[in-house]
Amino acid sequence: MSRILSVSGRGVALRGNDIDTDRIIPARFLRCVTFDGLGEHAFEDDRKQLSAQGKLHAFDDARFVGGEILVVGSNFGCGSSREHAPQAIQKWGIKAIVGVSFSEIFFGNTVAMGLPCLRLPQADTDALLAAIEADPRISVTVDIEHLEVRWNGGKKAPAAMPEGPRKQFVTGQWDATGELLDGAGQVRAMARKLPYVANFVAKPA
Amino acid sequence: MSTNTLFDKVWDQHAVRVLPSGQTQLFIGLHLIHEVTSPQAFAMLRDRKLTVPFPERTVATVDHIVPTENQARPYADGLAEEMMVAIERNCREFGIRLFQPGSGKQGVVHIIAPEQGLTQPGMTVACGDSHTATHGAFGAIAFGIGTSQVRDVLASQTLAMARLKVRKIQIDGTLKSGVYAKDLILHVLRKLTAKGGVGYAYEFNGTCIAALSMEERMTICNMAIEGGARCGYVNPDEITFAYLKGREHAPTGQAWDAAVAWWGSMASGADATYDDIQRFTAEDIEPTVTWGISPDHGVGVKESIPAKETFAKDEWPLIDEAYQYMDLAPGQPIAGVAIDVAFIGSCTNGRISDLREAAKVITAHGGKVNARVKAFIVPGSEAVKVAAEAEGLDRIFTAHGFEWRNAGCSMCLAMNPDKLQGRQISASSSNRNFKGRQGSSTGRTLLMSPAMVAIAALEGKVADVREVLAKAAKKGTTT
Repeated sequence: MSRILSVSGRGVALRGNDIDTDRIIPARFLRCVTFDGLGEHAFEDDRKQLSAQGKLHAFDDARFVGGEILVVGSNFGCGSSREHAPQAIQKWGIKAIVGVSFSEIFFGNTVAMGLPCLRLPQADTDALLAAIEADPRISVTVDIEHLEVRWNGGKKAPAAMPEGPRKQFVTGQWDATGELLDGAGQVRAMARKLPYVANFVAKPA
Repeated sequence: MSTNTLFDKVWDQHAVRVLPSGQTQLFIGLHLIHEVTSPQAFAMLRDRKLTVPFPERTVATVDHIVPTENQARPYADGLAEEMMVAIERNCREFGIRLFQPGSGKQGVVHIIAPEQGLTQPGMTVACGDSHTATHGAFGAIAFGIGTSQVRDVLASQTLAMARLKVRKIQIDGTLKSGVYAKDLILHVLRKLTAKGGVGYAYEFNGTCIAALSMEERMTICNMAIEGGARCGYVNPDEITFAYLKGREHAPTGQAWDAAVAWWGSMASGADATYDDIQRFTAEDIEPTVTWGISPDHGVGVKESIPAKETFAKDEWPLIDEAYQYMDLAPGQPIAGVAIDVAFIGSCTNGRISDLREAAKVITAHGGKVNARVKAFIVPGSEAVKVAAEAEGLDRIFTAHGFEWRNAGCSMCLAMNPDKLQGRQISASSSNRNFKGRQGSSTGRTLLMSPAMVAIAALEGKVADVREVLAKAAKKGTTT
């Protein structure tokens, strides 16, 4: 597994708070047994509705084509736990997300997928959104190792990510399965010790 | 940091070790899976040649894509059929119990596990579904997770997690007649907002919560997630133990006594400390209806749609979006808003007590479903369906013009054939009023209690269930 220390690329400015996972990937696209092909449906209904009003969603805006750093507002990814939502965003080509805050289940999913999400203070998020909208060609660097976001050759802001996930990214342990399996002996010991596993199982399968 | 709360005790008892990242490897006592978020997890297991070391600690059912009318296989929707075939194969291959339609044990995953006694106090529970918070009603710590984490639980029976803060939500007093657990949680969400709980476990406590039934507590914990909390719980008590006694997977004999002693010991101590405490008075809570596109956009049924100035400034763009999407204006009373569809069901409100309340207010009202309204009732499980039919509730529903369906998630998220059409507006007992949630990208949802949905169906518009109950009491048609 690869270490993810920092990600650089052009930005995609997606304004709005409380963007839920139903909006990121509507439920009808969850009728599948793989995550393949989800990328093209990211934000599908939001994109269609804005288009019908003669407006452009960030994912349809030609200026943001090829952008790899998604910049969002607060409580991004709230609602349903569907990993299909961050999978769709990642498959669309996004390599890191920066925003005011993230829903916790969404954030947990992104860690397990190797898609870093960093929090920025509101004022810095607003400045970054404005900078990308003013000139989408600017490069944005999301530095997970040093918890900093830099853009436009000189602007920078302190970013935040819980220390556990940050370590997982910088040490290349964001896919936790291997580490969890390393503890298999201790897990078996715990199962023997927990009273409801050991003593009051009514009906084993 | 909180101390000696149920959360702390359960966490400490399930902490296997500290991982190099500093996160905790947490043992998961009960893992629930369903057809939508598990197929990719099993594919990852196969890719990595991993096994399932504790197959008896995972239980599967099918709920999200199951049709509630014609359940004959193969399903008309080929994609749904493919998902059914996948979970059948996966459970067979990895030795996992699967409760299929027709087994008598199928239903919404968060309804069947409690009704079979699988969910117990002091446990950790995980499921690839955000409404896993429901199981916290038993004093379990229950996490909704994504598919990669489902893989991790299957492969290791553990999750890598960081400890949460604990917020006590103290609700004292008694809910007034016509005010239900759903109103209580919609009220709490309105006050604490959809993101106010990020970083927290919510402990629901107080004299009001202590007096609630297990099914009411489940409704409340179910929607903790809509407040941003990672999980919600209620301390186990005599009501919890009485609910569990005699259920299929509940312990018996001496094991029962040992279990009750341990369960009781897991409740938050009198000396517990919390990271935050919020207080509410049950008598302040009115029947509550959402008007917008986030579950915290609730108002009392006697109120009007709020001005955006009553919200924090950073919410204004979302509030403007909500007015526009819902085609509702600030100052407009919520009562009287016409509806097209009425849906009673879901993991929030698809249990037998919800159906009893709906039947009670339908009888009190006496009318039929408004001619413009399509109204349907989806029991949360096959067991709920059997119980409702044994009590004759289905006949009350159909006599008053409601359709009576088979168990599943149905129009809560509309992955099966039950969907809104176009800009239809629904009165719904489910949990989310997000844009496009109920199957039409322009469809609109008003969340409310099952009793309020029933009255909205009969009246064809949002109406106050208390007036129906008061009128009936005057006539003496109800006790």
